[in-house]
Amino acid sequence: MNAVAIGWDRTLLELKMYFREKEAVFFSFAFPILMLGLFSVVFGGNFDRGAETEVNAARFFLPGMAAAGVMLTSFQTMALSVAVERDDGTLKRLRATPMPPISYFLGKIGLVALTSLAQFALLIAFARLAFGVELPTDAGRWATFAWVFLLGVACGTVLGIAYSSLATSSRSVGALVIAPTLVLQFISGVYFAWGDLPDWLKQVASVFPLKWIAQGMRSVFYPDDWKSMEMAGSWEHGRTALVIGAWLVVGLVLCARTFRWSKRGTT
Amino acid sequence: MPAADAPIRVTGLRKTYGARAAVDGLDLVIEPGEVFALLGPNGAGKTTTVEVLEGFRERDAGEVSVLGEDPQTAGLAWRNRIGIVLQSSTGLDLITPREALRSTAKVYRDPRDVEEVIAAVGLTEKADDRVGKLSGGQRRRLDVGLGIIGRPELLFLDEPTTGFDPQARRDFWELIRGLKQGGTTILLTTHYLDEAEHLADRVGVIAAGRMLALDSPANLGGRASSQATVTWEDESGTRHTERTSSPTQLVTRLARDRGGEVPGLTVTRPSLEDTYLSLIAPHLAGGEPDHATARELEDAK
Repeated sequence: MNAVAIGWDRTLLELKMYFREKEAVFFSFAFPILMLGLFSVVFGGNFDRGAETEVNAARFFLPGMAAAGVMLTSFQTMALSVAVERDDGTLKRLRATPMPPISYFLGKIGLVALTSLAQFALLIAFARLAFGVELPTDAGRWATFAWVFLLGVACGTVLGIAYSSLATSSRSVGALVIAPTLVLQFISGVYFAWGDLPDWLKQVASVFPLKWIAQGMRSVFYPDDWKSMEMAGSWEHGRTALVIGAWLVVGLVLCARTFRWSKRGTT
Repeated sequence: MPAADAPIRVTGLRKTYGARAAVDGLDLVIEPGEVFALLGPNGAGKTTTVEVLEGFRERDAGEVSVLGEDPQTAGLAWRNRIGIVLQSSTGLDLITPREALRSTAKVYRDPRDVEEVIAAVGLTEKADDRVGKLSGGQRRRLDVGLGIIGRPELLFLDEPTTGFDPQARRDFWELIRGLKQGGTTILLTTHYLDEAEHLADRVGVIAAGRMLALDSPANLGGRASSQATVTWEDESGTRHTERTSSPTQLVTRLARDRGGEVPGLTVTRPSLEDTYLSLIAPHLAGGEPDHATARELEDAK
């Protein structure tokens, strides 16, 4: 078998393991969907302003949850699983076989691509069916969605793999990964309205890719005139692509320079 | 290099962690089809040596050839010809032995049949259970299954039967004998001297990073030629003990004197364990750091 076929085989194996691990399914796969449901029910009343606006609570929170989903299924899943696999010897065991190293990464990419797509499909189906959210109908918006989503998932995946090297044991990795992702979600406009954050916090958040993924998602799902509420008064698609793209490159370089198949002390 | 060359050829291997030499000028040649057991106390350099041979560690000095290649630079084609059973492999808890073996088989050029391997390692009844639910011995047999699925010419077994019950260990030995009959060269590290005695054509004892003795289990450390101890009882039931280099003559004489059976007769030679313990005794003073400490030392560096 060639490297791609082995990579696909690993994707199938990774999917089996992913969905058999109930914690992962709950905290990364179902989490944004559950949060969307919760927020839409809890804050539903705040958006009940008659015909004045077509944006209900579910539509308001949908872009943030889509962005959070991208980060959870890519960055969080990768950082946790690669760190654990390095610590428990899975990576060393794979390295002991003639599996092409690229197949391991292809397997991970396949896992992330399929889980994040499935997650997003469920998220918008839930938003549409349970809360009647108006979904975009023009191709331009879906094209925007496609590149924001792809770039975001790719960026999260490589950053997750790079980040996994910070963990010295699988015991520490949980806190090391979940704490920063949680903070980032709060300051990047995922759970709070972006407009409610103080300026300095917006500046901090703007350094990281999640803010830009969320902004890109808002440009897909919000009415176009809502762009006046963004920092720059526009959706800033160019800058969004640039920031996420830059993080993607940084992540790739870090992966290439820091990735190890075993714990420290072995090659 | 000639085709029939030794699968493993090591000359002057040296590996240091900080100021301490974990392996200090080790020489070793393992012949095709041989089962070789590497014995030694914790921290003796066993694991470091094996990891250098497996291509997991870089050496500081010495010549190493494994299946004709330098493990430090050998590629995937080389990995296709070796099998490695690590000390413990985890991370398979969520899949079944059959799934693990199937997916591993796919990366080899000419793998063994998955069902055959499942039967060979005695996991037929557990093939579709989650690995997380298997016993320690069953997991270990899966590890071996994963190590041999690629039909390796050379198999590394790192302490394969630690935690086995006696029956599981016997079954495992049968499995290894079968592999040997199939022509697989096997390098085994173990703490169990009976295991080395049952399985190995030759054993090497290392301590402080050096090879102290290297011979067949029967001859190690001059075992075969050393004096035997003969004990027997006389007519009054008193035990007699005599150390002799010609026990057969002594027993023949005793039998003639008694005109038949000699009551309570035993003839013993030093066991492999006796020989091993006397070999490593000079190196145990001061307590060698174990393998985990070696790792920490290198991390500190």
